[in-house]
Amino acid sequence: MEFAELIKTPRADNVVLHRPFYLAVEGTLCLTGHHLIFSSRRHDNAEELWLLHSNIDSIEKRFVGSLGTIVIKCKDLRIIQLDIPGMEECLNIASSIEALSTLDSVTLMYPFFYRPMFEIVEDGWRSFLPDQEFELLSSVTDEWRLSCINKDFSVCPSYPPVVIVPKSIDDEALWKVAMFRHGSRFPVLSYYHKKNGMVMMRSSQPLTGTNGRRCKEDEKLINATLRPGKRGYIIDTRSLNVAQQARAKGGGFEQEAHYPQWRRIHKCIERFNILQESLIKLVEACNDQSHNMDRWLSKLEASNWLTHIKEILTAACLAAQCIDREGASVLVHGTEGTDSTLQVTSLAQIILDPRCRTIRGFESLVVREWLQAGHPFQQRCAQSAYSNSKQKWEAPVFLLFLDCVWQILRQFPCSFEFNERFLIMLFEHAYASQFGTFLGNNENERSKLKLPQKTMSLWSWVNRSEELIKFQNPLFEANSLVIWPSVAPQSLQLWEGVFLRWNRPSKFQDEAQEEMINIIKYNKQLQAKVNALRRQIAEMGTDDRM
Amino acid sequence: MEHIRMPKVENVRLLDRLSSRKAALGTLYLTATHVIFVENGSEARKETWVLHSQISSIEKQATTATGCPLLIRCKNFQVIQLVIPQERDCHDVYISLIRLTRPVKYEELYCFSFNPKLDKEEREQGWKLVDLNEEYNRMGIPNNYWQISNVNRDYGVCDSYPTEVYVPKSATAHIIVGSSKFRSRRRFPALSYYCKDNNASICRSSQPLSGFSARCLEDEQMLQAIRKANPGSDFIYVVDTRPKLNAMANRAAGKGYENEDNYSNIKFQFIGIENIHVMRNSLQKMLEVCELKSPSMSDFLWGLENSGWLKHIKAIMDAGIFIAKAVAEEGVSVLVHCSDGWDRTAQVCSVASLLLDPYYRTMKGFMVLIEKDWVSFGHKFNHRYGNLDGDPKEISPVIDQFLECVWQLMEQFPCAFEFNERFLIHLQHHIYSCQFGNFLCNSQKERQELKVQERTYSLWAHLWKNRADYLNPLYRPDHSKTQGTLRPQMAPCNFLYKFWSGMYNRFEKGLHPRQSVTDYLMAVKEETQQLEEELEVLGERLANLQKSQLNGNKVKSKQQDQNKHLGLSTSSNSLANTPQEYSNDLKSFPSRSPSQGDEEDSALILTQDNLKSSDPDLSANSDQESGVEDLSCRSPSGGGCLPSEDSGKDSDEAVFLAV
Repeated sequence: MEFAELIKTPRADNVVLHRPFYLAVEGTLCLTGHHLIFSSRRHDNAEELWLLHSNIDSIEKRFVGSLGTIVIKCKDLRIIQLDIPGMEECLNIASSIEALSTLDSVTLMYPFFYRPMFEIVEDGWRSFLPDQEFELLSSVTDEWRLSCINKDFSVCPSYPPVVIVPKSIDDEALWKVAMFRHGSRFPVLSYYHKKNGMVMMRSSQPLTGTNGRRCKEDEKLINATLRPGKRGYIIDTRSLNVAQQARAKGGGFEQEAHYPQWRRIHKCIERFNILQESLIKLVEACNDQSHNMDRWLSKLEASNWLTHIKEILTAACLAAQCIDREGASVLVHGTEGTDSTLQVTSLAQIILDPRCRTIRGFESLVVREWLQAGHPFQQRCAQSAYSNSKQKWEAPVFLLFLDCVWQILRQFPCSFEFNERFLIMLFEHAYASQFGTFLGNNENERSKLKLPQKTMSLWSWVNRSEELIKFQNPLFEANSLVIWPSVAPQSLQLWEGVFLRWNRPSKFQDEAQEEMINIIKYNKQLQAKVNALRRQIAEMGTDDRM
Repeated sequence: MEHIRMPKVENVRLLDRLSSRKAALGTLYLTATHVIFVENGSEARKETWVLHSQISSIEKQATTATGCPLLIRCKNFQVIQLVIPQERDCHDVYISLIRLTRPVKYEELYCFSFNPKLDKEEREQGWKLVDLNEEYNRMGIPNNYWQISNVNRDYGVCDSYPTEVYVPKSATAHIIVGSSKFRSRRRFPALSYYCKDNNASICRSSQPLSGFSARCLEDEQMLQAIRKANPGSDFIYVVDTRPKLNAMANRAAGKGYENEDNYSNIKFQFIGIENIHVMRNSLQKMLEVCELKSPSMSDFLWGLENSGWLKHIKAIMDAGIFIAKAVAEEGVSVLVHCSDGWDRTAQVCSVASLLLDPYYRTMKGFMVLIEKDWVSFGHKFNHRYGNLDGDPKEISPVIDQFLECVWQLMEQFPCAFEFNERFLIHLQHHIYSCQFGNFLCNSQKERQELKVQERTYSLWAHLWKNRADYLNPLYRPDHSKTQGTLRPQMAPCNFLYKFWSGMYNRFEKGLHPRQSVTDYLMAVKEETQQLEEELEVLGERLANLQKSQLNGNKVKSKQQDQNKHLGLSTSSNSLANTPQEYSNDLKSFPSRSPSQGDEEDSALILTQDNLKSSDPDLSANSDQESGVEDLSCRSPSGGGCLPSEDSGKDSDEAVFLAV
């Protein structure tokens, strides 16, 4: 298919662009296969806007006489407006945008066409390989092995080719366990807590059904992670009620009788359309320009967004607490094990493991616990807050995770190597990107699409020093301790950086950031100078020190 | 003291609000000024001190098997739950406290016994720190349009006004006195703020006694005079900060508001800020939300909305924004009033001044602002904050709301204020503590009669002495040049009004961010300053050494010396990165990261920090183990109250498992 077929009017003049924080400006609008480009050629420093079609969540058009107006709502929550003279042009452009922003085929997406303008220092597709992760693990324990049972994705289509499992469990047993778990997602290692050797595993629900099926191998697998005489915790991210209902559909949960060494705790993390509706309501509240305080608070409350944040964080804290404070191993699962499960396991690691609070470590966490673990990014991020389609698969699961990280970052502003912008950047790229990293729903699909060969990795771009500097937190001081966030309502806030980003100028917050950087930079300069002088005095060969 | 029936009770338990399992056993003492709880056994005698004047209510609850519970709520939002073993003891403590917390004479208040060991001269200096004449001079007054009037000397015209009042030059004594007779409590229009760039001003007064049709020529002339004092504008705004309905109701009592037909060239405007009773109830409702045990997000947000608190804060802010806009952008003068002109009017005038003038965003300027708009113009501190036993219906968190407006602005404009959140919190504490004389009584007249300045100390001097603790490290004085007037947006989606947990959950440390950006940056800045000093010393020493070496080793050629120089400066960079070198030599530097107490060094320094903490009742506790909640630490005694790891653990469980 040629993009040209979809572009009926490739260019329109005298278009007026309205966007947040800028005065309306007149210029030329061009449509290409992947971008909407606006440029005002009136001055020497022409203003330009490049918008990826894939970033467009929804469009609305209206007419006043022959003047057409297109309102474009983006997945990053920005809203822009184009006034286009001429009804036909406007209609053509609107339908082109509509078609180009809802392309069916992944291979037509921009990452397959994008050619980087920067030098590739490190290929991001090879930055975080499971073997490296396993090597790190092997240096502290020999109780685990790397299994290639899924090397052609035949056992579990949503798992990566290699997974880490207890050494004592052979591949044959894994086969059987896979049959007993929803979507074949058998329990695998998620995190090893060096401090006390406790582990966190994740899986999907067991297929116990109404007649209480059991699987000896499954029991053996998870028991293999327990120390002699110790108990473990199973954190089911569903309420007991929901978990019980799942039995009717062949799912279920681990019965006490068959897992006597495990204590099951149910948490209630919402899924799919409930989360999507929550996002839609929240963004609606944030865009409400009325001056009424009551309406704002009740809309914020009604969106339930912060309730979801609180529930997810609470479950993650609980998992971390079981591991670090109770000295117990933990298994986390919900239904499929691809959404709330990953929220809990990844957040627990941020709480427990200082490495996950570095830039590199956080990237590795996203790769391990989201991309390789088979979070269906393409389905979940197909639409954002302005979607009106009622498709079942969309949900801001990853955005909720990033929001929770932001909440922890706000409570521990000196313990993270990255800043808020880093999280916002990940949010943007998960929904629309020139990079292939978040395409596809799992490693299987990514490998079929040959993404590593055909597209550029986000990490190749981010991990260059000129980009990294934007994402560094000036206040960072490595903190080797476990960080326990507060989950009280008083401690949780609306993430302004995402949800109010286009409503209020960030000028004053930026200014504060800049000032922080200056304070710390100057301090470091002085330290260097003092040390240089000291050394110089010492080298002069006298003992005349302070 | 004759009111203390029971000076000491043993085996009292202090409950933790968030976790009932964490009770501390100790001894309760009642003194003439404080309630003191001393924990048993612990090496670092953990103490909780509460001033009687901070106590807002005492509640004796039903006796249980473990004893008799006593709930003490404080005006600084601390809540203390004690369990006293014997019902009889509990009753005695209760009766004693009831009396002690309701003093009937000013002389019973703490400031008359508080002695910071300053001599007379120092005390007098302290009272001179804030000088309002100087402030009006700074504004550019007196000038061609404004002058000081002595019409109120000896408080002859208005007993709740200061003796020195600034009025338009064309307002004769006759006009002022005439106008005062037409205003509630004779609070005639007087100058609050003058903008010398465009001559626009903010004046304040009480409501006119207009009833349904009454007029007063002098009052009309007075408003004319205010307009004429701003030649650039042909009208003035009259802002009535009350809801229209309230103002109309007042007409029936012979009071009311200005009729636009009677006053030439005024534009009249209502801004609906509710009265003190509504505000008192609103705070009460919000505090109930704060006290909820493990509330859900919906409980909290619903409760917050239902309390209306943030709506009221927004109303005050909106009024301030309106006035600041009129003055800065339209160049129009504004007369502000409410009913008596000492509550809402004070709030609104001070918010507007703060938005308009960067000086008020400095520490000194903020003291001046409070002194000008609140203390001198007769805000009834004694009635509003219940210092002496009085009518509970008079109590209302008027200045608390103003302080919150300032905090909300600080959140929006992080570089615009010289002071930090702690400054506001300590100020709030001292408005209620009665430890200093500044906020005693209801008016300047009463304070003069009581000889407050001769018998008590000034809070401003105390805060100023400890100003290092109150600095905002992000403050940029150049901000004021680029951002002279702060222009906050008005819609909630633009200006996010937040719940101020630092104030209302001040004593629930576990709810606050565990690492403080302010403290961290202050430590860095302090270190930077020491480095600057050291750099100078080292530079001098190097110069001396070089000189003596040159003198001693004449063999060494100049060429060699330079080579050595170059070699050194390149290696110095890598050296800067070796922490050992740095920490060995600079042991006296403060801990960079207040939360990282796992190293012995920083823990030690933290204790020192706590000890030097400026306020004995306001210890700033830092976590010793990063992240683990410190809920046990509410002892007011400076240092020596390090939380144990276990206490943090318990509270974690309570938080996560209970949900």
